[in-house]
Amino acid sequence: MGYNMTFDVESGDFATAGQASRKIKKKLQDLGISSKIIRRIAIAGYEGEMNLAIHSDGGQILLDAEPGVITLRLEDTGPGIGNVDLAMTEGWSTASDSVREMGFGAGMGLPNMRNNADGFEITSRPGVGTKIKMTFDL
Amino acid sequence: MKLSQVQQLLDAKILTGQEYIDESVDEACGCDLMSDVLRYAKENGVLLTGLVNIQVLNTADMANMHSIVFVRNKQPTSQILDMADDIGMLVMQTSLPMFQACGILYQNGLRGAKPKEDPNGL
Ligand SMILES: Nc1ncnc2c1ncn2[C@@H]1O[C@H](COP(=O)(O)OP(=O)(O)O)[C@@H](O)[C@H]1O
Ligand SMILES: [Mg+2]
Repeated sequence: MGYNMTFDVESGDFATAGQASRKIKKKLQDLGISSKIIRRIAIAGYEGEMNLAIHSDGGQILLDAEPGVITLRLEDTGPGIGNVDLAMTEGWSTASDSVREMGFGAGMGLPNMRNNADGFEITSRPGVGTKIKMTFDL
Repeated sequence: MKLSQVQQLLDAKILTGQEYIDESVDEACGCDLMSDVLRYAKENGVLLTGLVNIQVLNTADMANMHSIVFVRNKQPTSQILDMADDIGMLVMQTSLPMFQACGILYQNGLRGAKPKEDPNGL
């Protein structure tokens, strides 16, 4: 293997959000990875992609497939998260009503990303941006 | 349960994906909250929802669910149906409200994810 790919995710673009995750899912299927693991990566990646579209000023998803491990990085350029511990709490959300009407904004995304990944690291600086690194063991 | 039986029980109209009507689903998830679907639904289930937007399809697709029932005659746009066709998904529409649609499927043997069960076996 040894494969990487970068996807841009625009802020506020709900009509196209999800496309990066779909492409990632297809790519992993092409690489012959088991469907159980792909499902975990797809779910975690998609929640992350929705967060970029909903909460960030725009960012990128970086997929890195290596023998034995898949890494997904989500990086954005702001606004950052003031209290990461709070953001990681199930049920905590700053999403607007319009986001809730779309079926998101329940404050379940970050905890579910952590649940699905084998490794999960989040760093965030208000005014700078948020970086999440998720690894999935094959 | 076969999707053909789901269709019959809910007196549903197939909007796209007729070719998958003989496939089976293991469970059902009745939900308008997509993050809950992503957290609790198991793969190969049918998603019943009253929410209509492109993210419903993305959610089902990422969770490996290949069929969607829009309840209470919610009407997806042609753009949503084209995308469902692309992904390879069966989409149907019933006039029944969510509670009744779920109740009928449950009564006929279909079950949902157990509350404390982790769908990903983690
Ligand atoms: N990339 C991000 N940039 C800024 N804030 C974020 C980002 N991702 C998550 N957050 C913050 O963390 C909260 C919790 O995120 P999450 O668990 O995905 O729930 P939800 O998206 O439903 O609100 C969000 O409401 C938001 O305040
Ligand atoms: Mg979220």
